[in-house]
Amino acid sequence: MIRFALGRLASLTASLIVASIVIFAVVEVIPGDPAAFMLGVNARPDTIAALRAEMGLDEPMVTRYAAWVGGMVQGDFGMSWTYKTPVATLVADRIWVSLPLAIYALALSTLVAFPAGIYAASRRGGAGDTAIMGATQLGVAIPNFWFAMILVLIFAINLRWFSAGGFPGWADPFAAIKALTLPAIALALPQAAILARVMRSSLLDMLGEDFMRTARAKGLTRRQALWRHALRNALIPVLTIIGLQFSFLLAGAIIIEQVFFLPGLGRLIFQAISARDLIVVESVVMLLVFTVIMVNFIVDLTYAAVDPRLRARA
Amino acid sequence: MSLLSLKTLSLQIGGTPVLQGIDLDMAQGQITAITGESGSGKSMTALAIMGLLPQGAELQGQILLDGTDIVQTPEPDLCQMRGNAMGMVFQEPMTALNPVQTIGAQVAETIRVHEHVTKAEAHARAATMLDRVGLKVAPTRYPHELSGGQRQRVVIAMAIAMRPKLLIADEPTTALDVTTQARILDLLQGLVDEFGMGLLLITHDLAVVADVADRIAVMQHGRIVEQGPTSDLLRVMRHPYTRALFAASTHAVDLPAVQQDAPLLAVRNVVRDYPTKRVSLLGPRPTFRALDNVSLTVNRAERVGLVGESGCGKSTLTRAILGLEPVQGGQITLDGAPVLQGDLALRRKMQVVFQDPYGSFNPRHRVDRLITEPFHLLQSPPKGAARDKAIAKALTDVGLPTDAADRYIHEFSGGQRQRLAIARALIVEPDLIIFDEAVSALDVSVRAQVLDLIADICRKRPLAYLFISHDLSVVRSITDRVLVMQAGKIVESGLTETVFADPQHPYTQSLIAAAPQLPELAHAADAL
Repeated sequence: MIRFALGRLASLTASLIVASIVIFAVVEVIPGDPAAFMLGVNARPDTIAALRAEMGLDEPMVTRYAAWVGGMVQGDFGMSWTYKTPVATLVADRIWVSLPLAIYALALSTLVAFPAGIYAASRRGGAGDTAIMGATQLGVAIPNFWFAMILVLIFAINLRWFSAGGFPGWADPFAAIKALTLPAIALALPQAAILARVMRSSLLDMLGEDFMRTARAKGLTRRQALWRHALRNALIPVLTIIGLQFSFLLAGAIIIEQVFFLPGLGRLIFQAISARDLIVVESVVMLLVFTVIMVNFIVDLTYAAVDPRLRARA
Repeated sequence: MSLLSLKTLSLQIGGTPVLQGIDLDMAQGQITAITGESGSGKSMTALAIMGLLPQGAELQGQILLDGTDIVQTPEPDLCQMRGNAMGMVFQEPMTALNPVQTIGAQVAETIRVHEHVTKAEAHARAATMLDRVGLKVAPTRYPHELSGGQRQRVVIAMAIAMRPKLLIADEPTTALDVTTQARILDLLQGLVDEFGMGLLLITHDLAVVADVADRIAVMQHGRIVEQGPTSDLLRVMRHPYTRALFAASTHAVDLPAVQQDAPLLAVRNVVRDYPTKRVSLLGPRPTFRALDNVSLTVNRAERVGLVGESGCGKSTLTRAILGLEPVQGGQITLDGAPVLQGDLALRRKMQVVFQDPYGSFNPRHRVDRLITEPFHLLQSPPKGAARDKAIAKALTDVGLPTDAADRYIHEFSGGQRQRLAIARALIVEPDLIIFDEAVSALDVSVRAQVLDLIADICRKRPLAYLFISHDLSVVRSITDRVLVMQAGKIVESGLTETVFADPQHPYTQSLIAAAPQLPELAHAADAL
């Protein structure tokens, strides 16, 4: 198991290095002169020269890359050109919205999807299965921004249970969670629908396995066999989807952040790209890559915990 | 009173009759065998007794286990009986165990489902049981770390952990090698003696049946056509189907004598290494030697057999000969030319027939397209009428109607598909065919027909083949010369009759000794 973890850790580090080189190349090398790009076509040459000096663009490429990576390792992500604040501060403010929102949405979708998927699989072809599969069909089909607006219409405008948008900060945790509830539900709906379908089909695959028949021959009831033998085996594809969904939720919530006026990471990237603030784009993208790779690492470790065959294959 | 008694048991699944009026009695401490070909209802009888029939199954009649009628028993009570009063062992040990639980936990589960014992006690008893079935690995191991024979021992330990009165074993040794099969059969016999339980053994292998069973029931089309004590049944064989079944399983084909010494396929000192798991980050990867200095020759029109147990390198050798994989040493030549990957002209001279009649055809193509697949090896493949003629000839040669060309593969039975596979191999008129376990998945009667077909083709044209099989009796009847392979090496070779009658190498001796054989009286009966 430790061997497996170390092996994964080595490949994680390699991925990070490759990703950082690619990002650096795309943002700082391919556009030619990043300073000119950031300032636009009408910029005066001396302004560009000043920015070049500020960004250290006159240094050789390798030195710049080393400085960028070295800074990030120490928590220095550079200074935003448009906000005139350290990128680290910008990200820190927003991560406290995006991360809890992603975890909240993921928790909701898992809480709904697991029981729904298990129930549907255990009553395959029955009325409950048909109803759940119909509901997931709908859940996948409904665009989440539209669903978000319906939620706002019902719960914020008509019932006035929640506010329609904005984020009050974590000074009052209850208010903060309340503010994130509608966005989390809107994000969770399609995710839960997909997850429930994966859970169901993965379980159904397992129910047809020989070892399920062996379990029944031992005297386990249908239900016991499902819980004790099928579920753990069915988890691998489900974990894969959860990992992918979490990565998506972290930065992909931009539309929902717009609908609910949430100051999240998605919005930050969007604004930085529109403002051509390459320093922010570069560092935030790297940060997101780091998170995605970490999430995959955790998913890999969970695989190994679930399935002994994967531990051996390190 | 008998332990198990089936009274006029009938079964329909989705309206289709599967079992019709089964009557069977078995006593404690006895081995009763149900035998018959696939689809005869053997396994369904077993599942009916366990109360594990698929959905949509309708049972009539009685299944009395110690006086309790299983047909009338509600599901919760059945759960208490399964694993407790009756246990079951399945055919495929590789998939019968849960891959994510230790073997000890899986055996202990049988005990914990039925008795209120502590986890520690259940695990201790499980360890004892694993020891009793002769498993010499720790209970903390996972199934994937065990061989097929070891896994089957775990499955047996699970089934007998509660010392049930009835043990049902559905083809328990079919997926195993002969030497492993012999040990598992020994184990089962020992358990019957020690625990005094009744063993219902379901198998298509008549030699196994004749070897171990006290009573035999022969099934055909959902009915028991004949049953009785083993010695009586083997001596008398009242029903024609029983006679046909035994005749087919001892079927000897009539190979034409061929004398030609021109070498066709020559394998010289071939070595095949597979890289295995790294042990250190740097340094060379360790390798596993699957073929260790293998040399063999197949002459023109010669029929050569290759026997050995799973993992001995038979399949690796097949792939190497076909030029599908590189070798790390030695040389393979066909008709004097070295076998290289991608040499189409050479590929035409040798074709292959695989084991699985279901997996080796594309289900979306018609038969005409399937059997003309090797035409791409020809410089100018026949077109139009010539192609139709070639197809018709290939189909006729393997005993199929010419209108089969327009049909899809799912419309054919296993035996017919194997005929099509042979037609596909023959259509480019190769010099050599490799039969890789080509009859192993077939029922005895179908197998006999396919073997006859191969002999028939040999009579019509000179054909050399390498017949790879784990089934010694088949190899004995269909080859002139035999090679015995063990752990990547050819340990013995010689004329088939000589090797079988007087094996020299200890491994060959153990293989022949382990293979169950039909007693002579069965031979006498089919001569009648």
